[in-house]
Amino acid sequence: MEITKETVLKVAGLAKLNLAEEEAQRLAHEMGKIVGFAGKLAEMDLEGVQPTTHAVKLENVFRADEMQPSYPREEILANGPERDEACFVVPKVVE
Amino acid sequence: MDNMQKQELASLTLTQAAGLLAKGETSSSELTQLMLERIAASDNNAYITVNAEAMAAAEAADARRRTGQSLSLVDGVPMALKDNFCVRGMKTTCASRMLENFVPPYTAAVAEKLADAGTVLLGKVNMDEFAAGNATDTSYFGPTKNPRDPRRVAGGSSGGSAAAVAEDTAYFTMGSDTGGSVRQPAAFCGVVGLKPTYGRVSRYGVVAFASSLDQVGPLNKTVEDCALTLSLIAGCDPRDASSLPSPVPDYLAGLKGAEGLKGLRVGVPQEYMGPGIQEDIRQNVKKLISDLQAAGALVEECSLPQLEYALGAYYVISSAEFSSNLGRFDGVKYGYRAKGYDGYDDMLRRSRSEAFGDEVKRRILLGTYTLSAGYFDAYYLRAQKARTLIIEDFRRAFGKYDILLTPTAPVTPWLLGTAFADPSQVYAMDMCTVSVNVAGLPAISVPWGVDRDGLPVGVQLIGPALSEDRILQAAHGVEALANSGQIPGQKGGAAHV
Amino acid sequence: MSDYKAVIGLEVHAELDTASKIYCGCTTAFGGEENTHVCPICLGLPGALPLLNRKVVEFCIKAGLALNCKINNYSRQDRKHYFYPDLPKSFQTSQLDLPICYDGYLDIEVNGQTKRIGITRIHIEEDAGKLIHGLTGTRVDYNRGATGLIEIVSEPDLTNPDEVYAYMETLRQVLLYTGVSNCKMEEGSLRCDVNVSIHREGEPFGVRTEMKNLNSLSAAKAAAAYEIKRQKQVLAEGGDLFQATLRWDDAKGINYVMRVKEHADEYYYFPEPDIMPIVITPEEVEAIRATLPELPKARQQRYKSQYGLSDYDANILTVSKALSDLFDQAVACEAPAKVCANFIMGDITRLLNEKALQPEEVPFGGKELAELANLISQGAISSSAGSKVVELLFQPEFAGKAPKAIVEEQNLGQVSDQGAIKAMCQQVIDANPKVVEDYRGGKKQAISALVGQVMKASKGKANPAMANQLLEELLNG
Repeated sequence: MEITKETVLKVAGLAKLNLAEEEAQRLAHEMGKIVGFAGKLAEMDLEGVQPTTHAVKLENVFRADEMQPSYPREEILANGPERDEACFVVPKVVE
Repeated sequence: MDNMQKQELASLTLTQAAGLLAKGETSSSELTQLMLERIAASDNNAYITVNAEAMAAAEAADARRRTGQSLSLVDGVPMALKDNFCVRGMKTTCASRMLENFVPPYTAAVAEKLADAGTVLLGKVNMDEFAAGNATDTSYFGPTKNPRDPRRVAGGSSGGSAAAVAEDTAYFTMGSDTGGSVRQPAAFCGVVGLKPTYGRVSRYGVVAFASSLDQVGPLNKTVEDCALTLSLIAGCDPRDASSLPSPVPDYLAGLKGAEGLKGLRVGVPQEYMGPGIQEDIRQNVKKLISDLQAAGALVEECSLPQLEYALGAYYVISSAEFSSNLGRFDGVKYGYRAKGYDGYDDMLRRSRSEAFGDEVKRRILLGTYTLSAGYFDAYYLRAQKARTLIIEDFRRAFGKYDILLTPTAPVTPWLLGTAFADPSQVYAMDMCTVSVNVAGLPAISVPWGVDRDGLPVGVQLIGPALSEDRILQAAHGVEALANSGQIPGQKGGAAHV
Repeated sequence: MSDYKAVIGLEVHAELDTASKIYCGCTTAFGGEENTHVCPICLGLPGALPLLNRKVVEFCIKAGLALNCKINNYSRQDRKHYFYPDLPKSFQTSQLDLPICYDGYLDIEVNGQTKRIGITRIHIEEDAGKLIHGLTGTRVDYNRGATGLIEIVSEPDLTNPDEVYAYMETLRQVLLYTGVSNCKMEEGSLRCDVNVSIHREGEPFGVRTEMKNLNSLSAAKAAAAYEIKRQKQVLAEGGDLFQATLRWDDAKGINYVMRVKEHADEYYYFPEPDIMPIVITPEEVEAIRATLPELPKARQQRYKSQYGLSDYDANILTVSKALSDLFDQAVACEAPAKVCANFIMGDITRLLNEKALQPEEVPFGGKELAELANLISQGAISSSAGSKVVELLFQPEFAGKAPKAIVEEQNLGQVSDQGAIKAMCQQVIDANPKVVEDYRGGKKQAISALVGQVMKASKGKANPAMANQLLEELLNG
């Protein structure tokens, strides 16, 4: 399966990764090889086969609507790269 | 204590250490002190973070024991966690620059269970960055060396976990296994590694790689230790929706050495005995087949034709889930944030680009690609359907066999810095282990001899869902055969430190 | 220009009135100090796992049944990926192809005509956090993040701004009746996205624009009206429409372009592996159906047939479930329906507005209203005294008092002493010769002016029927 540099750059945009041109070129080659494994899947006869989304046959795993205490704000904010006394801070997002 | 005594004490199994603690012949403080000394002295780079509170925890364990208030059989035994287990107040890096300074405010369910049992956390051990890899050479903190031959990789992604057990810097460790990440490093380092049934052990608080494939598992010196460790961590956790509500059996009860092999029906899938497997590994497995037969097991070649597609299904599903799970690292709430950015989007891109290593980026791109419009049906949906067929293949096989026997890895540990033509060759090394995760099954890797260079070889025993007791019993049998000298190189092998 | 027809579809987001969030135990309470309703799960910390709140599923089914939907026996959650600082996991846990509810409808009334609007689907998902934009940076508060939402997607069956308003109003009423959402639009509990395109009859649909997060009924209506007009104008001027997301500026009354969509959004959805599938049996659906309250339409019918209320009264009374419940409680205590209805639509509604209270906050119950209505119908107090009693009941110092006690305490009882009223009538006749002349000249309705004077003289306490009768006797005698 051929993956082009342009595809890699488009996907990198979706994944929010910056790639240099030559990096994208290299990755296009490598990803092409890797999806080669997946290319084998094209050989399979999957007509009428249901997809498996979960490895265990569990369903309706719920919690009751009960309140639990939240975490102290200092702990919530503690790992924030930029924060003030109450919030995380990011560069201004324009709408 | 002289060096000989220290070496003896360090090489105790978990079960032996617990026994000595019970008899008062050693103390948690002594064992912990010894482990900390050995960690400091080791050049294998198994540890990322050493727990500053370890000695205090050991002293507390000793105090409990003195007053007859021990929390469990293993109270005071020092151990280590892979650095993707969150522990409140302790750095959890996932071996990534992204989380270099991340200190979670909460603790993983398994870490809690082990703390409740009184075990002493020595620290956090090395791994592939975000568990993406099979050699622990993508760690931001440098590769872990294989204690059996420090020129070689330890395997991965739980390479630090395997190395710590192999170099006797922990009596046992925890790892996580998404496509072989416990079993393969266990095989590479000559220790025991178990990947339980998906849902058997809580994933809560373990940084996710691929949520539908990840499972927590122990790495141990012996099968008995493994059974003991599993009994500490198995069970339903209401915080993990995929957690299975089934009762936890007594994993130690069925361990009967070679006796336990009598009448065992063993299938050997030919898909994992082909030319992709290193010749001397294949010879080792063949030797095991005849030894098993001699011990009364019924061994047969068999075929699971869908296994051929497992590697493709695995890389599609795992990369897709990986890319999704790693979206949260955006430089907003925790983790690395780049400097000198211009606006939110630039901050986001730079932070991710600067803090993720190449392998992580490659898998994120692969995952995003296979999920993106126009490719979803060809890759992700097909992979999920292939998954259904792979599960059915296993189900049919387990109608005939109690367990399946395969090599754990197609090769023995390669030299650090080996240049592969492209990453797909490295990915292919996971061929024997990934199908187990795709199907959510339990499997164990047990040491079985060495290759021509004296490097450890592991064999994998796979069972149906929730058959951990059965595969532990079989593994205990294999271990007994190995210890009785059936396979050369098993005990005190030439390369063993 | 006028031959263009508008095609409008609405996506309504309603925050569910659960105690805890959709995947964790943090409170859903509005307000609260920033980032104090947050835990590892709703902050999306690595390793934290979601656990679906059962009530979110039940509420979605309940809303679906109230909106005549079918319920999927097998449903699941999916991850919808996009990066934004208010979305901590960089994916929203939502539903793609297997929503809990599908294929329903809502009947709305516009200008006396009933119109059926299709409901395509209703699915559950999590809300995002809140961004607070400052001069140099944006602050992020995750309190609201991961509150359970339902998204109700309509068919593009709406054709004009009045229908948009009626749809939103009727939908809001249904959601309030079922109790799944408090629908407080000012707190963002109910918001809608309006999709508009125009086309000529018989031609394919035009280019669609989307206005996001409208948070009042009037804004939704105004934004739709503005957008239809704008699109018509662009086409009339020979211009081209393009797909875009617009933001409605309520203060200025205009839409402005947030972003132009060059290609379809890429959310690369896939099934959420951490949440197990949702399987709903027909028995469970029926059990939830049994908990559905009587909905506004049915109530209106009942008010008309059982109590002989007019269309108008029945509609007004059922606008608010709380007031409608108050009415039902009062008539259950054997009170005259029309008198109760008048109190609710008159004095009570007026006082709620004056005091800026919600309908749920009427400080007395159906029993008190019934007692009051009976005092009126028995002639024990006048209607103006009745208004006075209601006013007093809204004051804190009268809280919990029985209307009868208030009437006595405040001496509001109606005077039915024939002699006293007769004397007052005579005084009024003497003081108003012109009116008397009119009456005797044949303008019989002039008598009501005289009754009014008697009421005034008695400070509202005279029995008006008796005053009327006595006046007639005196004037004709």
